[in-house]
Amino acid sequence: MKSIGYYPGCALACSGIELDLSIRALSRLAGVELREVEDWNCCGASSAHSTGHELAVALPYRVLALAEAQGQTELLAPCASCFSRLKGTLVRLRRNPEMLEKMAGLTGRPCRNSVSVVNVLEYLSRLLKDGLADKLAAPLKGVKVAAYYGCLLSRGEGIIEGDDPENPTGMEAAIRAAGCEVVPWNFATECCGGAFSLAKTEAVVDLSAAILGDAEKAGAQMIVTGCPMCHSNLDMRQRAVNAVGRGTRPMPILYLSELLGLAAGIDPKTIGLDRHFTDAMCVVGRSV
Amino acid sequence: MAKYMDLMPHQIMRLVQIGDAPAEEKVLGCAALWSCAGCLTCTQRCPKELDPAAVMDVLRQMAYDRKKAPPNQKKVLAFHQAFLKTVESAGRMSEFSLVRRYKMASLDFMSDVALVPAMFARGKLKFSDHKTPGRKEVQRIFAACRKKGDR
Repeated sequence: MKSIGYYPGCALACSGIELDLSIRALSRLAGVELREVEDWNCCGASSAHSTGHELAVALPYRVLALAEAQGQTELLAPCASCFSRLKGTLVRLRRNPEMLEKMAGLTGRPCRNSVSVVNVLEYLSRLLKDGLADKLAAPLKGVKVAAYYGCLLSRGEGIIEGDDPENPTGMEAAIRAAGCEVVPWNFATECCGGAFSLAKTEAVVDLSAAILGDAEKAGAQMIVTGCPMCHSNLDMRQRAVNAVGRGTRPMPILYLSELLGLAAGIDPKTIGLDRHFTDAMCVVGRSV
Repeated sequence: MAKYMDLMPHQIMRLVQIGDAPAEEKVLGCAALWSCAGCLTCTQRCPKELDPAAVMDVLRQMAYDRKKAPPNQKKVLAFHQAFLKTVESAGRMSEFSLVRRYKMASLDFMSDVALVPAMFARGKLKFSDHKTPGRKEVQRIFAACRKKGDR
């Protein structure tokens, strides 16, 4: 893989910036060029598919059409929600050619639906197989990790492929390659409340507390995720979890790409490790 | 999220099957539709191989169009409207605009204010909007979807 199309999505410019920074740093190290889709738009996320069927398809469709028109065949969407919306649209349009035609009319952009969409776990696994594994010179030996998939990296018929939705293992090889130990736990695919962080904060705090608590009980020293919403809920809402009396010891929440970046010896600040709400610099024995 | 629902997903599916006027009233007016995070667990595990998550999407869209969402869910609606307004205006979502619009619509001014300086310090909140050059085209897509009675 010399290059791949890149759809960072909105969260990666701001609240999920560590995911963007670490993906870019690892891609540079692996010699893969990320070709960002020019003029990409928001995928619509939960809000579009909660309120309007056509809009929920049209927004991801425009992104797929742009990528195709820009000569791309494969598109990396690191955000779990963007990935689920883009690939969900692609799968749906493959099954429904009439809808594809309708979208072409609605958006004014014809598209053959030829681009495939890759998620963060698939991308990192491929980088490792293509030689990144040999560059992990600074493994975090023996650190116990709870692999947290959440909803959109474990479920979605036709969207998540090649893993067991009830007992996913897609992150494990990468975590072991980083020198860490994967601990068995019960909350790997439980929901953190996703986009309800603002509108139903109490529910998000409640669900996050359960996830953090189980990870601690399992002996995990950190939780590794691939999703910016899961990251924000578990990392930023950890103080609120403490405030309702359900706190654990401080639990660093790392993106899988951050963990691999550290194992590759990349400077922690380059991948955004100093931007977390719950200290993550402690993972490499440094302070913010 | 099921623990926050007034009707369980399987009960909603049953009411959809019944489909008479009282069932419709009950389903479209329930709070549960607005407590569904789209986690897909119901679709993954449905023993009858239904796709409740997709049905929930359609029901939410119907309830939204017909203004049936109960008043105690107004914060969720305020969030969706703030999110979509932000995307319609800039082509992309920016957290700052989203939160500003959400607070104006929900009148929930005080929550999370303490997080704001820390978010700025971490580069997780920016004043400027995240605009894309083709936002006019995105606006046309929104308008076209609205015209079809859709949002």
